[in-house]
Amino acid sequence: MTGAAVSVKGLTKAFGGTVVVDAIDMEVPEGAIYGFLGPNGSGKTTTIRLMCGLLTPDAGEGRTLGFDIRTDARKIKENVGYMTQKFSLYGDLTIRENLDFMARMYRLPNRREVVDSTLRELGLEGRGNQLAGTLSGGWKQRLALAAAMQHKPRLLLLDEPTAGVDPKARRDFWDEIRRLSKQGVTVLVSTHYMDEAVQCDYIAYIAYGKKLIDGPAREIPARIGLTTWRVDGPDLIELEDALLADPRVEQVARFGAQLHVSSTDAAGLDAMIAEWKTRNGSHHWEKKEAELEEAFIYLMATAADNYGLGGGRA
Amino acid sequence: MTLFSLSRFGAVLFKEFVQMRRDHLTFAMMIGIPIVQLLIFGFAINTDPRNLPTLVELNDPSPVARAVISGMDTSEYFAFHGFVFGPEDGDRALRDGSANFVVVIPPDFERDILRGLAPEILVAADASDPTAVGSAVAALGGIVDRAIAQNLGGPLAKIAPGAPPFSVVVHKQFNPEGKTATNIVPGLLAIILAMTMVMITAVAIVREIERGTMEALIATPVRPTEVMLGKILPYVAVGYIQTLVFLVAAKLLFDVPFNGSRLAFFVGFNLYIVVNLALGFLISTLVRTQMQAMQASFFLILPTILLSGFMFPFAGMPGWAQTIGTAIPATHFLRLVRKVMLKGAEIVDIVDDLSAIALIGGVIFLIALMRYRQTLD
Repeated sequence: MTGAAVSVKGLTKAFGGTVVVDAIDMEVPEGAIYGFLGPNGSGKTTTIRLMCGLLTPDAGEGRTLGFDIRTDARKIKENVGYMTQKFSLYGDLTIRENLDFMARMYRLPNRREVVDSTLRELGLEGRGNQLAGTLSGGWKQRLALAAAMQHKPRLLLLDEPTAGVDPKARRDFWDEIRRLSKQGVTVLVSTHYMDEAVQCDYIAYIAYGKKLIDGPAREIPARIGLTTWRVDGPDLIELEDALLADPRVEQVARFGAQLHVSSTDAAGLDAMIAEWKTRNGSHHWEKKEAELEEAFIYLMATAADNYGLGGGRA
Repeated sequence: MTLFSLSRFGAVLFKEFVQMRRDHLTFAMMIGIPIVQLLIFGFAINTDPRNLPTLVELNDPSPVARAVISGMDTSEYFAFHGFVFGPEDGDRALRDGSANFVVVIPPDFERDILRGLAPEILVAADASDPTAVGSAVAALGGIVDRAIAQNLGGPLAKIAPGAPPFSVVVHKQFNPEGKTATNIVPGLLAIILAMTMVMITAVAIVREIERGTMEALIATPVRPTEVMLGKILPYVAVGYIQTLVFLVAAKLLFDVPFNGSRLAFFVGFNLYIVVNLALGFLISTLVRTQMQAMQASFFLILPTILLSGFMFPFAGMPGWAQTIGTAIPATHFLRLVRKVMLKGAEIVDIVDDLSAIALIGGVIFLIALMRYRQTLD
């Protein structure tokens, strides 16, 4: 099979009258790491559940690994590895028991060897009899990922796998994702973190259940059409306030000792910066290409938190 | 693709047993609840109380009056605690609860008897608790008659009450001594199973949903029947253990007979366990948290105890209460167990009860299946 690992069209799902996923089209190319971004409550989890047949769409259609998401949910389940946001293994079973249980769910032959090799790859050989609930957050996620990979799925669906995990564990986790990707596994991963988004080959951004933009990661900034200037010098905090007060500036983001000043109105921004240079010569200005970071901050700022304070997931 | 995989079913079953074993509190509860309930209900409750505190206002210290009082005392129902002097004393004693009965022997009691004036003994009873004083009141007439008759010998025999022209013979069947435990203990099995089976099943299923493990589980190719059977069967085993504990305790501690057919009992309790598990399953589809599952189970247990005929006679309830009671599986199982254990029922005698339980169970199962979703919608 070539082309798309996941391909959905007009996917729509409502819960109790609230449309959570609204006519979403998406193509996840085979072998890609596909980043699925959006604020809390934007419908990421629901979309992923629709893709693996856990939910039935109200409208729209789609195929995952070539199987119809409405009628072939069972075949999808057999070929997909799905990792939920919450730690979804049994805390009161041991590490080995958990892996063995998942292996049995997929009716894997040579279960013992499979589990042994999973433990070995995780580096948890000596700790197979430890209760899974006693692992740290990062280790729990690695265990859940390993459990979801035992049946060698061709597609891995990861729902905010690194939420609440420390930075070191997150890096390890992403090393693992890239390793799997190199082996040919397609990975669809939803995340909040910008530094994770930049590691993806493709990106889709959704808000209020609607897709705002998608495409190869490197094309995203250009499509949004941001112009960005980099500035450094003294009194950056005051400078930031002053720049934000100007209507021609849409976004000011701090990166270390620099500010990245962006706007979709290129001419306006250039004119404003020319004014600033003549008024105050102590800053150093430099035009740069807008990158995914700026684009991502821009998307987050315009889409805000969907359901207000609750940040409820759907 | 298989319709039912023994391997997956076995995996769920095994996992459930391991979790049950590691959850010490639940495990202790499953075994502890039946034992504690048996001890409390079996030993503490007595609907035929004896030795009720009684006071006497003795206005005629004659031999006949004393014979009446000693007759009451030896009947075991009444325990004489002393005398009162005047009606105020007696009323106060009844009001403050220091006595259940005040017996007033009128002045010139013996003389009036001899003159054929038929004097009245007043027995004031604290009927605020009818159960407490009921049997004593019922026994009273006979006790007094006998006491007086024994004292009216010789020349006085002519005024003694003569034998009635007929006699009533009461044959107390199945529980001749009227022991409360003999009635309560068999019924208790229905209550214990209803309480633990419903709650444990509901909690076990909801726990998976609440912890998020259910989502991961149904994202695998596992089939709903494999999950449900695998999760429920371990609790059938628990029901077996509870029934065994119950039977042993009923025999050794309370000397409750087992007169009927073992087969009838076996068929009945298996059916009842399955129906209760289905009810727990139904609850699990209606609630979202373990706490809610707990609350729903407790909400159900109250009518089960009160309206099933366990605590109070079923026939004494008003029509609407009997209607509700009839819809409760415990009502029918309770009758079934009492029939089999006490009345020596065979399987033909319990067909009605079995069909009622099966019918209720069928309805519960249907609703539960309609509520259960394999997907998360």
